[in-house]
Amino acid sequence: MKLVTAVIKPHKWEDVREALEIFGVTGMTVSEVSGYGRQKGHTEVYRGAEYDIALVPKIRIEIVVDDDDSADIVGIIVKTAQTGRIGDGKVWVSPIETVIRVRTGDKDEAAL
Amino acid sequence: MDGYYAFMLVATALVLMMTVPALALFYGGMSRSKSVLNMMMMSYVAAAIVGILYVAVGWSMGWSGDGTFFADPTALIWLKDVPTDTYIFVMFQMTFAVITVALISGAVADRMKFSAWLLFVPLWALLCYFPMAHMVFSCTDDSLICGRIGAQDYAGGTAVHINAGVAALVLVLLLGKRMGWPRDQMRPHNLTLTMLGAGLLWFGWYGFNVGSIVFTGDTDEANMAQFFSETGRTFTTTTMATMAAILGWLLIEKLTHGKATSLGAASGIVAGLVAITPATGAVDIEGAVAIGFIAGAVCAWAVSLKYKLGYDDSLDVVGVHLVGGIIGTILIGVFSTSDGAGGIDGLLYGGGAGSLGDQALGVLVAVAYSGVVTAIIALAIKFTLGLRITEEDEAEGIDLTEHGESAYDLHTSMSGGGGKTGVLAASMAPSEGHQA
Repeated sequence: MKLVTAVIKPHKWEDVREALEIFGVTGMTVSEVSGYGRQKGHTEVYRGAEYDIALVPKIRIEIVVDDDDSADIVGIIVKTAQTGRIGDGKVWVSPIETVIRVRTGDKDEAAL
Repeated sequence: MDGYYAFMLVATALVLMMTVPALALFYGGMSRSKSVLNMMMMSYVAAAIVGILYVAVGWSMGWSGDGTFFADPTALIWLKDVPTDTYIFVMFQMTFAVITVALISGAVADRMKFSAWLLFVPLWALLCYFPMAHMVFSCTDDSLICGRIGAQDYAGGTAVHINAGVAALVLVLLLGKRMGWPRDQMRPHNLTLTMLGAGLLWFGWYGFNVGSIVFTGDTDEANMAQFFSETGRTFTTTTMATMAAILGWLLIEKLTHGKATSLGAASGIVAGLVAITPATGAVDIEGAVAIGFIAGAVCAWAVSLKYKLGYDDSLDVVGVHLVGGIIGTILIGVFSTSDGAGGIDGLLYGGGAGSLGDQALGVLVAVAYSGVVTAIIALAIKFTLGLRITEEDEAEGIDLTEHGESAYDLHTSMSGGGGKTGVLAASMAPSEGHQA
């Protein structure tokens, strides 16, 4: 099992969700996060005072998937979230030791 | 004069609205989200305390008779012997006292003990505003600014705006900077509140300026004629100056920072209103547009002075009210016309520099009086009760530590968590495509 984590542009979130749903992904955890990479923040001016807003809002998606699906899911996220401009985000995959469904106690693949 | 009395009922309610809620909204939106309630509360309690104190002794100190600085405080105590059919004039003047004190609160955002504010408010009203109102508005022959110096001030450039602006400067110098200022981000948390507050201030200001008419005629007919001509002038000059100030502020912003901002427009409104306040009866339309435009442009520059000079006037009471008040009061000496309320031609209309000198002297006296008296009050509080909340409380947020409240509960299921950008909100509610 793998944990696919993606940090993407907020306006791409609906496209990514839809594409993953069509592929068959039935669940994920989504959060609004802030951060910066090469994109950096922006500047705002209030009564002549310039504020450097360092953090850029992003959406973080976390999906626990079967080993065989992880490459496809990463591919879908990258293809859908890509605009070609700085700030498109990152996707990474990490191994998962065990997964348990809280309702039933099912373990690992059965819990996905 | 029935129409005039009916108008004064409305004007008085309008000016009270300038404090509660207009100024509170204007300042509250510019505050940080952890201190917006304290900021608004400072206006609300200023209204409560100053209003009652004004009826107790304020009216008597202002209007019971002669005096260089103030009149007999006990002659009309609790409006003793004041007939109820003149109460509305007391109430009208009371609303001016209320907003003048509340104006100061913008400078002390995030850090002033609420108890210190509750003590500062009545002391400052009693020792600084009530005397200044006598010196300027009651205009007995021996009253300092109006009677002796002869400076024109139609609705409160000196007594209200310079007075509050100087007090704000003195208070922040004694109070100190906010923790982290100016390095940390302290941007306004809700500019829509500020835009609403600025709009309501503009609306209420018609009561403030137009309601400040003082009749000079001997007969009802003469006064009625004055009422029509003078209110037309003050309503129009107030409007024109405010509009010009928006443009002046935005122009300077665009030139210096590349963007015209909503906060700039809201600030321009207030700067224009402040500057035209003393001059509204004295100038014609060209004068009003000039004063408004100059005030908007100069105040847009003046709000950056605090960064150069290092005083944390948090919401720019100095940059807008002191600077705008001085501009308006001084420029009467340039733009006033003899068909205006003061009957004096300014420098541009062939009246020479005499009026300009009177206006400048009026400004100096107001600055000096307010500066000295405010310093005494603030020092007295600083070394007894203390002016500031603790560093821990300031970091935690003054709303929580002084009032036990928070302005916003935007969190969903977890009390500590919560949304930030809101982009998820739309797809979160009804969709079944994903589980949390």
